[in-house]
Amino acid sequence: MKFDTPATNNPIDQLKVVGQPLDRVEGPLKTTGQAPYAYEWQDVPGRMAYGYILGATIAKGRIAAIDTAAARRAPGVLAVVTHENAGPLGRGQFYVQRFLAAPEVDHYHQPIALIVAETFEGARDAAGLVRARYVEGRGAFDLAAQRDTAPVAQRAPFGGPPETAVGDFEGAFAAAPVTLDETYTTPDQAHAMMEPHATIAAWEGDRLTCRTSIQQMNWGLRDLSLALGIPKDRIRLISPYIGGGFGGKGTVQSDLVLAALGARAAGRPVKVAMQRPLMFNNTIHRPATIQRIRIGATRDGRITAIGHESWSGNLPGGRTEPTTLSTRFLYAGANRMTRVRLAVLDLAEGNAMRAPGEAPGLMALEIAMDEMAERLGLDPVAFRILNDTQVDPEKPERPFSTRPFVECLRVGAERFGWSRRSPRPGAVRDGAWLVGMGMAGAIRGAPISKAGARARLDARGIVTIETDMTDIGTGSYTIVAQTAAEMMGVPLERVVAKLGDSSFPETPGSGGQQGAPSVTAGVYAACTKLREAVAHRLGFNSADVTFADGEVRSGNRAVPLGQAAGAGDITVEDSMEYGDLSQRFAQQTFGAHFAEVGVDAYTGEVRVRRMLAVCAAGRILNPKTARSQVIGGMVMGIGAALTEEMTVDKRRGFFVNHDLAGYEVPVHADVPHLDAVFIDEVDPTMSPLKAKGVGELGLTGVAPAIANAIYNAIGVRVRDYPLTLDKYLEHLPALA
Amino acid sequence: MVRVSLRVNDEVRSVDLDTRTTLLDALREHLQLTGSKKGCDHGQCGACTVMVEGQRIYSCLTLAVMHEGNTVTTIEGLGRPGNLHPMQAAFVKHDGYQCGYCTPGQICASVAALDEIKAGVPSHVTADLMATPQVTADELRERMSGNICRCGAYSNIVDAIIEVARSPA
Repeated sequence: MKFDTPATNNPIDQLKVVGQPLDRVEGPLKTTGQAPYAYEWQDVPGRMAYGYILGATIAKGRIAAIDTAAARRAPGVLAVVTHENAGPLGRGQFYVQRFLAAPEVDHYHQPIALIVAETFEGARDAAGLVRARYVEGRGAFDLAAQRDTAPVAQRAPFGGPPETAVGDFEGAFAAAPVTLDETYTTPDQAHAMMEPHATIAAWEGDRLTCRTSIQQMNWGLRDLSLALGIPKDRIRLISPYIGGGFGGKGTVQSDLVLAALGARAAGRPVKVAMQRPLMFNNTIHRPATIQRIRIGATRDGRITAIGHESWSGNLPGGRTEPTTLSTRFLYAGANRMTRVRLAVLDLAEGNAMRAPGEAPGLMALEIAMDEMAERLGLDPVAFRILNDTQVDPEKPERPFSTRPFVECLRVGAERFGWSRRSPRPGAVRDGAWLVGMGMAGAIRGAPISKAGARARLDARGIVTIETDMTDIGTGSYTIVAQTAAEMMGVPLERVVAKLGDSSFPETPGSGGQQGAPSVTAGVYAACTKLREAVAHRLGFNSADVTFADGEVRSGNRAVPLGQAAGAGDITVEDSMEYGDLSQRFAQQTFGAHFAEVGVDAYTGEVRVRRMLAVCAAGRILNPKTARSQVIGGMVMGIGAALTEEMTVDKRRGFFVNHDLAGYEVPVHADVPHLDAVFIDEVDPTMSPLKAKGVGELGLTGVAPAIANAIYNAIGVRVRDYPLTLDKYLEHLPALA
Repeated sequence: MVRVSLRVNDEVRSVDLDTRTTLLDALREHLQLTGSKKGCDHGQCGACTVMVEGQRIYSCLTLAVMHEGNTVTTIEGLGRPGNLHPMQAAFVKHDGYQCGYCTPGQICASVAALDEIKAGVPSHVTADLMATPQVTADELRERMSGNICRCGAYSNIVDAIIEVARSPA
């Protein structure tokens, strides 16, 4: 099916099931511990063995010698995989990292061996018997040291062009009566999903089946095929339940490759879960950035020049953190520039984490906007409204498909009680607490890609949907089932959604917040085909058939849906493909975040007291699960604002705090009741569902709203995340 | 190897274990009770929370052999699909989870935390140590802070627990 003109009325608009705040369909399985995650499958044929990953203890250099003799002799050890026996290994297409030090070591905790044994305890013990001797090389670990030398990044897929220019930025900035030129930094951050990267690999001859935990099955198939040098059609990946990803499980990481190698070496199925303390230096992360922002405006607050330059680092050949993305679209201004520079660093790979580019980009831009509003003597909400644009600022002939950004700001300000905010920092006390309010705008792209689904109707009237889409906690199972229920006129209980199997029709999976719009459009296409097949089977004219209440109706005839499959199941497959609507319209999601914090006047301790998100993302397919996506983003934003930072040891070249005790993500006590609401809108340029993704939007803008609230509370501007109290304690207002 | 007997979810289970086996791995790898999750294996995340002799415990931080004869309740012992424990039902209703990986630990910790409040055990945020602690959002946020949810369902989890605490038993 092709979608190349904006959607008109269709069966989804009935909104009997779609758009309803329904409980997750897999809820009873998850809350009772019955949903099987990658490491937990019991039905794998053969006797399971356990793999344990050994990571390199240098950051850069090579393995001069590795002695595995003692490990191989240890009780129960079946195999030890190293570069000496693994055979040639390729890399994936999206991640640049190598899955095994062979023998060059590219970063700390890069795997140097997998020990396979009868038991987990035996494998772990034997790992301690492997002796590696290294020749250390000189590595680069300090991003700031390369600020003057890092070249402009090469153009790469995703993230947009490394340089953009519109009008005369330098001239307009120099001429502007009010200007800001400040530099902000964001640290290395970890996805820190709760389920570690894990795989059970099993070979049957030359065919490989892996129960694993990855977000994009098609990329996983491609990248595992490249890594192992075997054709894609000999690999099957199964990931029906994924214990969080946030981009960190986008595609193949070393657990998957090593499990496959270990299973081949041992001649047995092998299960591998990457140990938590390895995850931070072994797998990808969100890289640190340095960002310089310049804004010039007229005295009445209209932006005339906006510039955003950014630096990040990566392994050779790796991607940039495209922080300038949102600056290209969020505010008006005739003269603009962005530039992204990329340093080479010998730390673990930097790559996609929830809202790559936009999340750290807005952490800088939205503090800068707060600072600029203050210089102009404008309210931060009013300053943003004044600089709204309804067209792509780089291409004024290209409108936004929908852009209720101003509505998000106004609704948020009203609901949050923004008018009670004191524009003077440090002016509000509540006992020992200095109280402040802050806000920030939010924007995140709304991509959509070709996605397929298979739909089957049986004689009981059950509709089964199969697609390789994944559910990483996002609610995919539920919205897939809702879409099919709406299309086929059956209650949710009559739909079975099967996800996360590479043998099912292909989707882009969970990434870039395009999963929900893409897969539901694919399900729409498959169900449209199923409706036609049902009508045909029943001898109805498909033009005047309705599907409702479990029946198929035409004229004065009505038959139960299942009757169409009386002579055998009806199975169809289709996908949704797209025309040029995404070129004709700028498709983005928008939001506004508001935060109130208390800062202890004596100790500097910060507590988030209240938060509100107002989001616009087209049709909200399930307000309950969509709200959860947004409040989840708000929690991650609290971490980004206040605590989350992987600290680089610039001498030895690794992230020091590489576990969940040292890398501090928010816990219950850090999070107040969270409020999130949606603007009522549909976007007919997206798909027949008229929906956009929302999972990444919920994170963008959260951290700067909190940072701005802290400034409003104490009057000290901190431009380096996270805003830990050591950065402002000595500048707190004098105690009365 | 040593034989260990545990009373798990009202059933006596005996198993031969490597003495280095944690209670968590005994449950997951030897008794096929994979509802208890391994998130960190270091007592930093809470995904492995179970109840031993009625008290919540990180099952990754204790060896199975230390629990000979103990009564262990896991998420599988609280309820099943179709017959959910009230806390499990409240988590579904309030969407107190997303990916589901920390969820069994959150639910076991919730049930135990309410028992602790009922038993009068104070917490760091209990203002008056001589008074009976109450079920408040602040008490629950404090008492549940040993269970990380990276998806960020905390606000919904607290709503779910409060509903269970306030519903007639």
